[in-house]
Amino acid sequence: MTDAPLPIEEVQAVETAWTTGIVIEKAQPTDDLVQLRVHVQDRIRHRPGQHYLIRLRAPDDYTAQRSYSVASDDDDPLVEFLVERLPDGEVSSHLYDVVEVGDELEVRGPIGRWFTWDTTTPAVVLVGGTGVVPAVAMLRTARRLGRTDLLRVVAVGRSPDHLPYRAELAKAGASLAYTRVSADTRAAGAPTADEVRPLLEGVELAYVCGSARFASYAETLLVDCGMPVEGIRVERFGPTG
Amino acid sequence: MAVTRGFLGKRRGQEHRLPPGQYDVGGGWPVLTAEATPRLDPQRWTMTVDGLVSSPTTWTWDQLHELPPSSYVGDIHCVTTWSKFDVTFRGVSVDLLLEAAGPQPEAAYVMAHSTTGYTTNLPLADVTDGKAWVVWEYGGKPLPREHGGPVRLLVPHLYFWKSAKWVTRLELMAHDRRGFWEQNGYHDRGDPWAEQRYQGD
Ligand SMILES: Cc1cc2nc3c(=O)[nH]c(=O)nc-3n(C[C@H](O)[C@H](O)[C@H](O)COP(=O)(O)OP(=O)(O)OC[C@H]3O[C@@H](n4cnc5c(N)ncnc54)[C@H](O)[C@@H]3O)c2cc1C
Repeated sequence: MTDAPLPIEEVQAVETAWTTGIVIEKAQPTDDLVQLRVHVQDRIRHRPGQHYLIRLRAPDDYTAQRSYSVASDDDDPLVEFLVERLPDGEVSSHLYDVVEVGDELEVRGPIGRWFTWDTTTPAVVLVGGTGVVPAVAMLRTARRLGRTDLLRVVAVGRSPDHLPYRAELAKAGASLAYTRVSADTRAAGAPTADEVRPLLEGVELAYVCGSARFASYAETLLVDCGMPVEGIRVERFGPTG
Repeated sequence: MAVTRGFLGKRRGQEHRLPPGQYDVGGGWPVLTAEATPRLDPQRWTMTVDGLVSSPTTWTWDQLHELPPSSYVGDIHCVTTWSKFDVTFRGVSVDLLLEAAGPQPEAAYVMAHSTTGYTTNLPLADVTDGKAWVVWEYGGKPLPREHGGPVRLLVPHLYFWKSAKWVTRLELMAHDRRGFWEQNGYHDRGDPWAEQRYQGD
């Protein structure tokens, strides 16, 4: 990181190379979520929405690498990841079951220049499951800059237990929706057009992140609510669609 | 780099077919797009080859289907690290389209454009001599919309972002120009075996 604190709007994406990440903190907030906070050597500044690659290497040099969105703001001294352990998942189960504080991981990032929030454009963020991770980074950055009014986040999970960062999202003013259980006054179900339409007023961009199924639902909903297709940015991760 | 403590790898399947850093996704086919999935009416869609050609040519859906068809059976590799073995696509060879349009001698690069405004650049040599197709069938069925249906470019020897979904135009150029993902940090060529993922690889 540079000494001169360049405003984040002016941070440009640059070429990245593999470097070493050291796991400084590890938490397992649920049976299938692991949060890693990593010190990244020769770290490059990131914009909210970007991701890193994490690469694991076996003794015979076999490697497996996957992408993980960054949850932390750029001013956090550590880079934070939140990973869902998939049954039989090659990389996620290693990160959940095996990794310990002090371990070294090969990392590369930040990557992605499209699915990033520039911190000045009013936006709606519609995210589901582990897709909330980039939304968390956006909200944390907005909070530091005093621009939370620019972001309207709708976060969707099967149930409260399946919504990572639920408390933090709620505190930051995100609307939470659970598809399988009712909570407070809201009945179980995906967000509806009536819930999303009012959030689109004055908004120029929409970010959608989650599984392929969630992303198709969210895209269609946004278009039905009048969001122009050109203003929708999508990041899909998760099971095959 | 150092070995990751405790990692042996699951290494499912046929590693000799996997380029470095890839894994076998098996029966699945992840959908990765940066944009909302468009709904295109094949009857209104057209395919154009223009730029540095002697006769810019446009085909309608029906005209394209009148060209001699050809198939690709083999593997595909996505920069997000999945590979998929033994897929079948059917469409027409890009060679046929280029033959009709007649590339000029200076033409050395191609920009593929999709109806969504997505672009991706390729050396002309990567889409000629039976290396690239314009396809509308996958596994014997119409290409699903989320995978680029009705029509996508197929350049299976390069990372799959080069295989532009919803392709509508191939523009021949004398000089290379970066497309959408390439401007966003991805490699200009994208050879999976050389692991050309990002600019600088
Ligand atoms: C840009 C980007 C950002 C990402 N950010 C995150 C993130 O912040 N947190 C996170 O947890 N993941 C994230 N992912 C997904 C991540 O890269 C891996 O795909 C995921 O961790 C699975 O890897 P694995 O090696 O554990 O499983 P694999 O060994 O690759 O897969 C095991 C099996 O599970 C299936 N599968 C893959 N993903 C899922 C899923 N999500 N749910 C159910 N089944 C699945 C596969 O098809 C396969 O059959 C992101 C992906 C992308 C492209």
